Amino acid sequence: MAESLSVPPPWYGRTREALRAYRLVAGMWLRASLAYRTSFWITTVGNAVTSLLDFVVIAVMFQHTTTLGGWTLPQVAFLYGTSGLTLGLADLLVGSLDQLGQRVRDGSVDTVLVRPAAALAQLSADRFALRRAGRVVQNLLVLGWSLWELQLDWTGPKLLVMAVLVVCGTVIFGSAFVAGAAFQFFATDAAEVQNSVTYGGATMLQYPPSVFARDLVRGAVYGIPLAFVNWLPALYLLGLPDPIGVPGWFRFASPLAALLCAAAAGLAWRAGIRSYRSTGS
Amino acid sequence: MAIIEVEDVARTFTVRRKVGRLKRERSEVRAVDGLSFEVAAGEMVGYIGPNGAGKSTTIKMLTGILVPSEGRLRVAGADPSRERVRLARRIGVVFGQRTTLWWDLPLRDSYELARRIYRIEDARYRRNLDRCIDLLELGPLLDVPVRQLSLGQRMRGDIAAALLHDPEVLYLDEPTIGLDVVSKNRVREFLAEINAESGTTVLLTTHDLTDIERLCSRVMVIDHGRVVYDGGLEGLHNVGGSERTLVVDLAAPEPDPISIPGARVVRMEGPRQWLAFPATDSAAPLVAAIAARYPLVDLSVKEPAIEDVIARMYGGGTTEGERSLEGSVAGA
Ligand SMILES: Nc1ncnc2c1ncn2[C@@H]1O[C@H](COP(=O)(O)OP(=O)(O)O)[C@@H](O)[C@H]1O
Ligand SMILES: [Mg+2]
Repeated sequence: MAESLSVPPPWYGRTREALRAYRLVAGMWLRASLAYRTSFWITTVGNAVTSLLDFVVIAVMFQHTTTLGGWTLPQVAFLYGTSGLTLGLADLLVGSLDQLGQRVRDGSVDTVLVRPAAALAQLSADRFALRRAGRVVQNLLVLGWSLWELQLDWTGPKLLVMAVLVVCGTVIFGSAFVAGAAFQFFATDAAEVQNSVTYGGATMLQYPPSVFARDLVRGAVYGIPLAFVNWLPALYLLGLPDPIGVPGWFRFASPLAALLCAAAAGLAWRAGIRSYRSTGS
Repeated sequence: MAIIEVEDVARTFTVRRKVGRLKRERSEVRAVDGLSFEVAAGEMVGYIGPNGAGKSTTIKMLTGILVPSEGRLRVAGADPSRERVRLARRIGVVFGQRTTLWWDLPLRDSYELARRIYRIEDARYRRNLDRCIDLLELGPLLDVPVRQLSLGQRMRGDIAAALLHDPEVLYLDEPTIGLDVVSKNRVREFLAEINAESGTTVLLTTHDLTDIERLCSRVMVIDHGRVVYDGGLEGLHNVGGSERTLVVDLAAPEPDPISIPGARVVRMEGPRQWLAFPATDSAAPLVAAIAARYPLVDLSVKEPAIEDVIARMYGGGTTEGERSLEGSVAGA
């Protein structure tokens, strides 16, 4: 049919509507938080300083050694920066979902479900707070320093892989937030499990894979595919040998991993929302 | 044409209860159990029953918040839980116990969000908002943060928020709970006007049976998740054998009670007498009989309180402790 060529697919319209709802709800929360302007700056700066301390720990380690698991300080800083940047972006965009358990318990998801917009979009924008951008900024600084020190030879493919890394890493961490939130429909205290994947995983990804036990690293490739966030693309970008022992094309397979994660998270979310039971009144 | 169709719908909840120190027991609550009814477009239906009868659960299923365990629901031709987003544009919901307004922001901001989320055209938005401001007296409240509003003000604000997009169906779950008499009256008048003017279908749950008396020609009584009565107010009186009251103002005080067949005097005060007669009987022959024998100044007929009607209907057996407010309705 000729018509189908010009008409965008249904998911396109739905995604656009969802993003619009996200923007509207996030805007409401931003407006509501303007009342507390000073606390905004205090927490933003506070967040940035706390996460910078992580990096100080790593830098101090390098006082006694020149490499960590075979990686130099700027190379580790690359892992640190990309891990924190992607987690930070996911946290900024959908991080509020880890408080969903509270809304499930008190039944206030009801009010979200009566609005004509995707529940996931509205709940991701719930309590949207710009102060979460603190982590993003701080990790960008570390990443910038690392790239400056590394003096990489930026070819077209490398630029592309770098951009893909940021997007796919954000999607993988974002999927972990969504899947974690989906489980909160069943067990309202499931946030702990999700935190160990997101925050725990991001801390792991700050260090080279070679410092971890082999089984843990394989789990991060074939289990919860966190290795695709930055470890595998970094091998290509930094031109390092593979300490993991996986097929070479895995270095470029982050989009596939991200797609699988997003699909799994989407299914979990659907199951979660359909099992929502509100509260008796 | 039916705009709401409910067919053999059931909804169960699994509840886990702690028994002793570590053991947990699972049990099933059938909140709604084989529920069937239809509501025609433009109808205004009262949906009443004791606490825990399944009223809120029904409304949540009709909204798409809850997925039914069994049976089939259609609202405006859509399956609520599967087509929730599409349906949400066509329905309005007010939960008396829960606000959809933005707590920290002025009332106006919540309406602005509704305008954009529902994509309400400017002219229509203006018209609907003005009507709500006018009828619900919201003018002075628009710039007040919602958390500073009184319960009655907030409820009026919530009702307006549910109507800005001209919904075809409006669900109200205890919209008058905790309101003072003035607010209650304002809300009732507003709902009557919306129903009459826009032909909005209204399903109204309430603990205050005066709401039903004023607004609804049809009542559904549910208990243990099933419809136990569906019909007009008169029919409900019929089942309950309740009585209406004829208030008669005579030209001069009579020393004796008016004596006519089919009615008995229950109260006398100067020239005014109160006569009780079966709610199912017509008042006209009584009036004629009285007018033939006594000089009349004025007459009025008072409906019985629905609380009493339902109480009679169920013979007054409370089954569970929690059924306090309308406890006598339980145990059909
Ligand atoms: N989310 C829930 N979890 C467990 N039980 C529930 C839940 N919602 C309702 N119930 C139970 O279902 C029954 C009907 O509740 P509800 O529909 O709120 O009654 P009503 O609104 O008529 O007072 C009650 O026994 C209530 O305890
Ligand atoms: Mg209720």
